[in-house]
Amino acid sequence: MTFGRDILTILAVTAGVFFFFAGTVGLLRFPDPLCRLHALTKADNLGLGLIVLGLLPWADGVWGGVKLVGIWLLAQLSGAIVTQMIARAVRHGGEAP
Amino acid sequence: MSAGWVLNSVLAVLVLGVAGAIIAVRTLFAAVVGFVVLGLLLAIVWVRLAAVDVALTEAAIGSGVTGAVLIAAASRLRATEKVSVAEQPGPALRVGAGILSALVAAGLAALVVFAADPAPSLAPAAVAHLVELGVGNPVTAVLLAYRGIDTLLEKMVLLLALLGVWSLAPDMVWGGAPEVSAGAVDGGALALLGRVLPPVGIVVGVYVLWVGATDPGGAFQGGAVIASMWILALMAGLLPAPAIRARWVRRALVAGPAVFLAVGMAGFAWPGGFLSYPAGYAKPLIVAIEAALTFSVVIVLGLLAAGPPHHGPGR
Amino acid sequence: MHEFLIGAASVVMAIVALGLLRVLRGPGDADRMMAAQLLGSGGIAALLLVAAGTDRPAVTDVALVLALLAAFASAAFVRHAPGPRPEDIKNT
Repeated sequence: MTFGRDILTILAVTAGVFFFFAGTVGLLRFPDPLCRLHALTKADNLGLGLIVLGLLPWADGVWGGVKLVGIWLLAQLSGAIVTQMIARAVRHGGEAP
Repeated sequence: MSAGWVLNSVLAVLVLGVAGAIIAVRTLFAAVVGFVVLGLLLAIVWVRLAAVDVALTEAAIGSGVTGAVLIAAASRLRATEKVSVAEQPGPALRVGAGILSALVAAGLAALVVFAADPAPSLAPAAVAHLVELGVGNPVTAVLLAYRGIDTLLEKMVLLLALLGVWSLAPDMVWGGAPEVSAGAVDGGALALLGRVLPPVGIVVGVYVLWVGATDPGGAFQGGAVIASMWILALMAGLLPAPAIRARWVRRALVAGPAVFLAVGMAGFAWPGGFLSYPAGYAKPLIVAIEAALTFSVVIVLGLLAAGPPHHGPGR
Repeated sequence: MHEFLIGAASVVMAIVALGLLRVLRGPGDADRMMAAQLLGSGGIAALLLVAAGTDRPAVTDVALVLALLAAFASAAFVRHAPGPRPEDIKNT
């Protein structure tokens, strides 16, 4: 049982870190601020979700697990709204890409 | 070479790099963004140094209230920015400043690296008396019991700072309201954030205050989180900025230090004098003081970030 | 397992460092506005990994506060960014 738990954690955390890496590659390489913003938000939040999934077996009881998922939901929600705000500012600011 | 060592090295390099970037960038806006990033990084560094209470404070203040104050100041200074950037210090001054900074850093590093082993510390004594207080978190015990007088005076210093900010207003608008939400449009994304985030933030802030009795947390951290939520609502135009001569503002500002002072004066009735707690009543008194302090901290920090009054009280 | 989690945290912070290079360099303030978002999600991930890796549940509270305040910092950046206010422009 613990072996399965360890495998789940290692797989999920590794996948999450990989998505962080992919998002940052997008951040570095995409030509346009809006594309970079997209890569940053989507990939990083997915990476965070996978890491939270991997850490759930190690959480501090049921409430600890609820707190972990709550943090991820908060990051998702606020990330979505903040991305909209930044995208509007970029569009209206006339920033050079 | 353990994983912990690798993490600490990555953090150290990152902190130094961001600090260098802040000095190197050309615009105020970029420098303030770098400063807030540095604050968030330092919160992680404090966690690695096993100072979780300080990490909470750094995250709440450094990217919350201080970030709001600095970015608002940067936007107000934008008109004169080109002139001030053009007045760069000469090379001799830069080299001198660099040498002085390096000497100070080397001195601090020597203090840490060559410190006596084990380093002198009062931590065991602080932890030894926690049982009598009924408080589980030694940091809260230090702040509100062993060194309560320092915390009381710090809260009064915050009030003085607020008076300093208010004194920047021209005479004719004294007593009026600050201008925080210029141009904010209802229905925009900022308004949505201002509606969604504060309820969560208030719950988190109260939780951080409550858990401070036994785990890392406390009045200042919880108050700073709630203050940031209030500033967000002000920025989004969802709440009107209060006129600084309003009675509730004045009473709210004074409430926290007043409660603290009252408990302190009551301490004369028991052996120990000012700010001593009677045996068995320490924990409820500490909780009461923390609640009042949180309330005042929210108002003080929010008004500090809102700035001096902008238009007169009549409006 | 603890070593693995701390190692993952250091990899995440190294990735954040790479991203910060791009973001703080600019050019243009559009990229800089994303700095709080980048450090927010990366920092939360690293802190949660450290919390599990060092058996300190209190560190998840720091991650929670970081989630809130990074969003707030991004809002402040957008609000006070140089350039025309998006709200000033009608017919959006």
